[in-house]
Amino acid sequence: MRVIDAPKAPRLGTPWGVRRFASLYAQLLRTGFAEAVAYRAEFLIWMFSTNMPLVMLAIWAAAARSGPVGGYSQQGFAAYYLCALLVRLMTGAWVVWELTMEIRQGTLALRLLRPIHPLLQWSADNIAAIPMRGVVALPVTAILLWVARGELSHRWFDWLLLLPALAGAWLIYFLVQAIIGTIALRFESAASLFTAWLGFSNILSGYLVPLDLFPRAVRDAAQWLPFRFQLSYPVELMLGRWNHEQALQLLGVEWIYVAFFFLCTRTAWRAGLRYYAAYGG
Amino acid sequence: MRRVFNVLRALLHASVALALQYRIEFVVEGALALLWLAVTLVPLLVVFGNRGAVAGWTFPEMLVVLGWFVALKGVLEGTLSPSLLQVVDHVRKGTLDFVLIKPADAQLLVSFANVEPSRVVDLLGAGGIFVYAFHQIGHPPSPAQIALAAILLCTAILVLYSIAILVVSIAFIAVRVDNLLYLFQSVFDVARWPSTVFRGVLSALFTFVLPLALMTTYPALALLGKLTLQTLFAAVGGSLAFAAIARLIWIASIRRYTSASS
Repeated sequence: MRVIDAPKAPRLGTPWGVRRFASLYAQLLRTGFAEAVAYRAEFLIWMFSTNMPLVMLAIWAAAARSGPVGGYSQQGFAAYYLCALLVRLMTGAWVVWELTMEIRQGTLALRLLRPIHPLLQWSADNIAAIPMRGVVALPVTAILLWVARGELSHRWFDWLLLLPALAGAWLIYFLVQAIIGTIALRFESAASLFTAWLGFSNILSGYLVPLDLFPRAVRDAAQWLPFRFQLSYPVELMLGRWNHEQALQLLGVEWIYVAFFFLCTRTAWRAGLRYYAAYGG
Repeated sequence: MRRVFNVLRALLHASVALALQYRIEFVVEGALALLWLAVTLVPLLVVFGNRGAVAGWTFPEMLVVLGWFVALKGVLEGTLSPSLLQVVDHVRKGTLDFVLIKPADAQLLVSFANVEPSRVVDLLGAGGIFVYAFHQIGHPPSPAQIALAAILLCTAILVLYSIAILVVSIAFIAVRVDNLLYLFQSVFDVARWPSTVFRGVLSALFTFVLPLALMTTYPALALLGKLTLQTLFAAVGGSLAFAAIARLIWIASIRRYTSASS
């Protein structure tokens, strides 16, 4: 039996294909945006439940009342955690939950019949939600500028790099979710695997504690792992921690990770579909 | 009263039997709970690696608060949330009718419908944290302090449960906000710190409006022998009132409920 490994998507080889693909993707984005607007109440509640940086800020602000901790004043902590909150709000993805749910319920089969790759569809849904995320991010940005303007980077170069850095952070998050979700085609406990990834990511991405406050050994390990590019690196750019050369180098490493995870996703998807049997669908 | 216990036992039995059918998942979930316990401890370790005391709390004292937090989070995410999230599902699909026609109190039936036994790891972890904390302090709590803490644990669970019931009652009115319980779960993360970490408006908010102080700070103070009798009476009275209000609102919401299916 022939395995359906890639539904017929527009071919990207020709200029006509590129244009058709662009119009297709634009339509997906419009649909995704309409969906995000339709479920705005639920969407906002999801956004508000991202509050861990603020919880962490509370304890550090209390600790820094009597003086700076490891180079962070109270204002420094406020800047760090508000930036972390912004990065987390703007780079959210949830494809792993959709993927595992659709695999379990068998509705993935319907998606496979459509002439566009399911992961592309989900990527459009996730990207289309970014304007809605911006609605929540705006007040956070306002507070950040009001409370800790002096801590932010004054170089335009950092803010220029922030855009590709955030795009890379989102891609890493999305692709890792896609890989883990794809594993659910073969093994059913993929959701637990993602919870484990989240546990490590919370520590090693600087989400709970700024990486430079960790002991040397943890810092060295975090330096080479992909987690820091999800959060710590964009935050450090906003705080102006790197000179031009270092910032560019780190951006390069981030995108090498993006490319690596992209290849992993492709491989995992192709291997996974071979085992897929649409339950119930 | 005996009937209530019989129903409770049957519900728990069903949950445990179900969980033990998926043994690998049971072990995996337990291991994950352990991992998250470690993740919860890390920030505290780093903070106290830099400071001797924060907001008047030393490291072992803060650990006692965190111990209560871990235990209550286990109760919330292992019992209340998974059970009550099913109610929201029932309301949306119209299957709540099948619960309502059963000859037992509906609130009791939905509250313990889906218990995750693997979250026992959280309770064990909390016990471990207490043992370590009091080893650091140098002397174990007295029996009277333990008894006080036990009373406050009951009030804490009562308030936690009441909030969860209130949140679910909202689902009867506005089905669209079915993830409100997740929001409460994430707000509950604040309870990992003692309430004195917060100042001004936030401190009042987490003591009176959303009584997170009652859940972790007061039981910790009781174990440490720092709780005043006044606070104890206020806590017990407040939580009983809270539970009564939650019960009334639940009954009112059930009365409003018009099935979705038929």
